[in-house]
Amino acid sequence: MKKLFLGNEAVARGLYEAGVRVVSSYPGTPSTEITEYAATYEDIYAEWAPNEKVAAEVACGASLGGARAFCGMKHVGLNVAADPIFTASYVGVNAGLVIGVADDPGMHSSQNEQDSRHHAIASKIMMLEPSDSAEALEFTKKAYELSERFNTPVMLRMCTRVAHSRSLAEIGERSGDELKPYEKNPAGHVMLPAFARGKHVVVERRTLEQIEFAEDIEFNGLNRVEMNSDEIGVIAAGINYCYAKEALGDKASYLKLGIVNPLPVKLIKDFAAKVKKLYVIEELDPIIENHCKALGVEVIGKDLFPMCGEFSQGLVKKLVLGEEAVTAKLEDEIPARPPAMCSGCPHRGVFYTLKKLKLTVSGDIGCYTLGAAAPLGAMDWCICMGASVSALHGFNKARGAESESKSVAVIGDSTFMHSGINSLVDIAYNRSASVVIILDNSITGMTGHQQNPTTGVTLKGDVTAAVSLEKLCDAIGISRVRVVDPYDLAAMEATLKEELAADQPSVIISRRPCVLLKSVKTAPPVKVNADKCKGCKVCMGMGCPSISFRDGKAHIDNTLCVGCGVCAQLCKFDAIEK
Amino acid sequence: MSVKSILIVGVGGQGTLLASKLLGAALVAKGLDVKVSEVHGMSQRGGSVITYVRYGDAGEKVASPIIDAGEADVILSFEQLEAARYLPYLKQGGAIVTNTQRIDPMPVITGAAVYPEAITDKLSAKGAKVIAADALSLAEEAGSVKAVNVVLLGVLSAHLDIEESVWNEVIETGVPARFKELNQKAFALGRKAAV
Repeated sequence: MKKLFLGNEAVARGLYEAGVRVVSSYPGTPSTEITEYAATYEDIYAEWAPNEKVAAEVACGASLGGARAFCGMKHVGLNVAADPIFTASYVGVNAGLVIGVADDPGMHSSQNEQDSRHHAIASKIMMLEPSDSAEALEFTKKAYELSERFNTPVMLRMCTRVAHSRSLAEIGERSGDELKPYEKNPAGHVMLPAFARGKHVVVERRTLEQIEFAEDIEFNGLNRVEMNSDEIGVIAAGINYCYAKEALGDKASYLKLGIVNPLPVKLIKDFAAKVKKLYVIEELDPIIENHCKALGVEVIGKDLFPMCGEFSQGLVKKLVLGEEAVTAKLEDEIPARPPAMCSGCPHRGVFYTLKKLKLTVSGDIGCYTLGAAAPLGAMDWCICMGASVSALHGFNKARGAESESKSVAVIGDSTFMHSGINSLVDIAYNRSASVVIILDNSITGMTGHQQNPTTGVTLKGDVTAAVSLEKLCDAIGISRVRVVDPYDLAAMEATLKEELAADQPSVIISRRPCVLLKSVKTAPPVKVNADKCKGCKVCMGMGCPSISFRDGKAHIDNTLCVGCGVCAQLCKFDAIEK
Repeated sequence: MSVKSILIVGVGGQGTLLASKLLGAALVAKGLDVKVSEVHGMSQRGGSVITYVRYGDAGEKVASPIIDAGEADVILSFEQLEAARYLPYLKQGGAIVTNTQRIDPMPVITGAAVYPEAITDKLSAKGAKVIAADALSLAEEAGSVKAVNVVLLGVLSAHLDIEESVWNEVIETGVPARFKELNQKAFALGRKAAV
């Protein structure tokens, strides 16, 4: 039976059919739905780990324990998980182990545009890359066979356009879910130098065997050649194959690579010999291209195609065929529509106050990164998960006491659990009088409402222990911990001033659930009393999407407003009414 | 049938994803090869959102899941400004089905930019076949402003070769049971408004 599957949903189906028993992941766009869909299968144990490193280690342990296992993450999450993964490559597997990683060319929802294939090369781990949902399902199943065949973890590389596209895929039965026996094997699994030296030799030999496997298109079912015209040849993998195929159709021949690490040698040379002009079409870094060039195969790649951003069929048509579509365009300047904090977002009051107090703000990864955007503009930097807290500590160590009284870090509850904890321990241990605001909205917001260790609910929906942020802060040596409702602007401002003045480390927990949570009851929209409104625009300084300016007065869109009332606190003329 | 492309654009939070999901399901029910591409995450927070729907006969495989400039047969826009923004994606002689609703983006709210006037007239002047509907009012009439997405799907449906029974089936199975009646009403109002 064929069904329309989201790419990530197809991976989850592949996990089910491959008999996977344990899944541990950390959410990250565009990878999140793999684990959410996996959790819907009763036969799969699935969890949100506090971060990707933990998730990868859980999956390694499950694999050693004899269960086929998976962990999923976005590209930057793979950096966090790199430590266990590099050595898991040496340790190998008992039952199959697959690491799913989703890249985000074009940075739809990411802070950088890194190419995960570098991780596969550096950790010497085989990597497969599907181009649609049918392949996502099929390649996931194959990844488990290959993991056990070569005694290695296998990476499955997705990208935004494959992860978040729906296409048809064939459903099969579940098999391979029997728990394998566990046997103690220190020489194979304990990576002491003496054992690891032997394992490195095994890993290098394994790569040579995998190259042999990648050459054999009759046998591997992952790499394939489509011969059409001999004028143009294209080597591509994943979504880039789709763009090339759409743009060039039968005008080109294709070497479609399903295995993107390691890359074949003879297969490429043979294909190159059959075509007059050979293009490598790959988003991000020139990995296939450099491989070809190292083999002495002449290809056209990054000298023609860009290094940055996503590709498309239009781009391939333009660069390869010199054809461009006819398009129309209005003469008017079209205003941009950047994302913004939602109406009633509890973060808004915090950022409004930070802006008002003119503080230096060390930012982090989450919905609240939007606090950097106009009109709030209350963020000075944002690097990676957890960095707000440690970077503030470093900033304050560099600039001293005056800086400590004029700067804060902002970090969400889930991001704090991910890797902010370690950083806060550093502040407590190495004593900077830094002020850290934990924006506790009781959920992982940006990736679409995932549970985390502070929420008291698991991915499967079971009630569990909830981390108490107050007790945790106290236990690591932060004695000043305050809890504030971010809808109360006066209390937020007063608390901030007090904590900034203190000469000790301090944590302010800004606590109010995400307004999009189904459990949150919103109030009726507020209204502008046009007789009282003076058109001063003070209420618009918060950047609430519900408030616009019409005919000289503030106007509140009653389809968007959730009645949080924060704007009413700003109005000096009491013009905003319940 | 050659591969057809429908671009769905709107503002994050308007429910474009449900509309593309239902449209995709209807096309699959017709036995067609379908690819639908969405963007999740950051852009859902009130930003400009875009979904691509492409379909062709089962023998005519859809290769790319996205639609490039000048390739859309139809643009379904949930908001006027978004219709204007994505006009370059429309094929020459293509149609734009648009909601007349106006939602100010942040640069307009802050006064850094101006919301263009008379957008639908300007789109027509550029050669697009424009079908405009006040989906917000129709959704209110159906019972909830949140049904704008299904109203617009109803408007679009009048221009596609998909039987009403297929749509009924798709709405029946594609929305939560408690919202079924609301969505059926919203769809019918949209479909009627298109004629």
